[in-house]
Amino acid sequence: MAAQNEPLILETSAAPPTPLREFWSYFSDNPGAVAGLVVLSVIVLLAIFADVISPHSPIATHDDAFLKPPFWEEGGTLTYPLGTDAIGRDMLSRIIHGTRYSLLIGSIVVLISLTLGIVIGLTAGFFQGVVGILIMRLMDVILTIPGLLLAIVIVAILGPGLTNAMISVAVVYLPYFVRITRAAVIGELAKDYVTASRVNGASTPRLMFMTVLPNCLAPLIVQATLSFSAGIIDAAALGFLGLGAQPPTPEWGTMLADSREFVLRAWWVVTLPGLAILITVLAGNLMGDVLRDALDPRLKR
Amino acid sequence: MLRFVFTRLTLIIPTFIGITLLTFLLVHAVPGDPLEILAGERGITAARHAQLLHDYGLDRPLYLQYLVYMGHVLRGDLGLSLITHAPIIDEFKQLFPATVELSLSAMLFAVLLGLPAGIVAAVKRNSVFDHGVMGVSLTGYSMPIFWWGLLLIILFSNTLGWTPVSGRIAVEYDIEPVTGFLLIDSALSGDEGAFRSALSHLILPMIALGTIPLAVIARMTRSSMLEVLGEDYIRTARAKGLSPFFVVGVHALRNALIPVITVIGLYVGSLFAGAILTETIFSWPGVGHWLVEGINRRDYPVLQGGVLLIGSVIMVVNLSVDLLYGLINPRIRHRR
Repeated sequence: MAAQNEPLILETSAAPPTPLREFWSYFSDNPGAVAGLVVLSVIVLLAIFADVISPHSPIATHDDAFLKPPFWEEGGTLTYPLGTDAIGRDMLSRIIHGTRYSLLIGSIVVLISLTLGIVIGLTAGFFQGVVGILIMRLMDVILTIPGLLLAIVIVAILGPGLTNAMISVAVVYLPYFVRITRAAVIGELAKDYVTASRVNGASTPRLMFMTVLPNCLAPLIVQATLSFSAGIIDAAALGFLGLGAQPPTPEWGTMLADSREFVLRAWWVVTLPGLAILITVLAGNLMGDVLRDALDPRLKR
Repeated sequence: MLRFVFTRLTLIIPTFIGITLLTFLLVHAVPGDPLEILAGERGITAARHAQLLHDYGLDRPLYLQYLVYMGHVLRGDLGLSLITHAPIIDEFKQLFPATVELSLSAMLFAVLLGLPAGIVAAVKRNSVFDHGVMGVSLTGYSMPIFWWGLLLIILFSNTLGWTPVSGRIAVEYDIEPVTGFLLIDSALSGDEGAFRSALSHLILPMIALGTIPLAVIARMTRSSMLEVLGEDYIRTARAKGLSPFFVVGVHALRNALIPVITVIGLYVGSLFAGAILTETIFSWPGVGHWLVEGINRRDYPVLQGGVLLIGSVIMVVNLSVDLLYGLINPRIRHRR
């Protein structure tokens, strides 16, 4: 009914909307995605200004305050707004500094598996003979072993630590990027523009990286966003098992591992770091979902 | 159909070889001398070292060592644990039913809640219920389960005192193992207290492990149902006057279930990964707990054998899902 009363507005701009503008209009229509973006921006700001915002040092221990509850509980003080852990470190400061590690872990994991995945996937797509088959079989083997188990194995070989944890999680996600790239490459290779470029004398590397790759990016961006969230959880799980970041690093998973034995005595040392992981990952997944809907033409409204 | 089965069967051979290569290299890539780890703090003379090197075949070329390892694996010999000196295959066999019991219950929990939730959300699209299911599902999907398990312990074991914190059954019950599943064995024993104890021990780990599959199944069912509900044959079914319940429950659900079943099958691998964390939190005596202990004690043969066995189990499960899928969906079977 309302539509009849409104004047008909014709599209007046001459040019069609750019993909970026179209994407933004889709993105901003979705409250979940905007919420995810806002939360992630806050987390990025917290990470940048962690030293300024934190009331205390994340690793300094305070002898007068072991397992102090948050300020709203009986016995809590505003000096330690979210309480302290078993050796008197300020929970709020540790959680704020933890944002740095989580963002770092998510970014590095994605960077490693995306870069390697593109190179290996392009190779498998362009050289579909023995090389391609070998690569894909290797990826199948990696996929057969459950992600976390494989990550544990790799860390067991390389030794526990934050760097090795990130490398192992990146290896776990590698097959997804390889498969996506290869499938997209094979789809693109049949198209005329590739043939035209080849006839023009473009070398294989040029064909791979300059001609074909830019047209395969959409699914890779989606996978990268989702891997960012998953990488944070998996690296935290390794930290929880004592294989990731080592104490006293204020990494959220490692904080959970440290405080496990106090689970029945001090709920805040367990609840808060996990909540931080959940919020970060949830924000990432909210954005990833919308990116997938926006960039995957099959699902487009 | 036979040809389909045959191609799928031959495809798992390279995968199996890949897994054995990985587990073989795992032990060889570990820094440090395996014999010195074996000897422990007592140390070892150079002559004895050379002798042992020869005895264990460690002085032979790598590919020969791999072939020997492969021979042992094919005969079911996965070596001995460095700590308990028990055969690894026996330890695995003893602990595996606990992991299967936990994983199956978690999957059952996820399916029983996730399917109806997804169906109702699709039928009542954009309702409060739909948004609620999708919100909870996204949260569940983003949940670090090692934290979720601890939260459940804080709430149900500590604050409410409803369930025990860890283990499979209270120590006073000694149940004769028949199936290896304590829930079934305790029911068979006729001891109601034992059954209740087993059940109360199982509930929290089951929820912790089942949460992510629950979220995935609810989302998948909803989107699959939405797709199917828009099809022409659903409109036809409605037009000829079938009751809405019949249209949704029979015509739509049957077709919507195919992708959901695939997802459930493919989720088995992730369940094992989740079981490692869940078993660690709840001290559940399964293979996940065993593996983590093995890592902490640097018991590399346990890690090697455990990864090989779990990888093989998942390989077989994936193959079965593949074959089953080919059975219910002829289009897959005839595709080359």
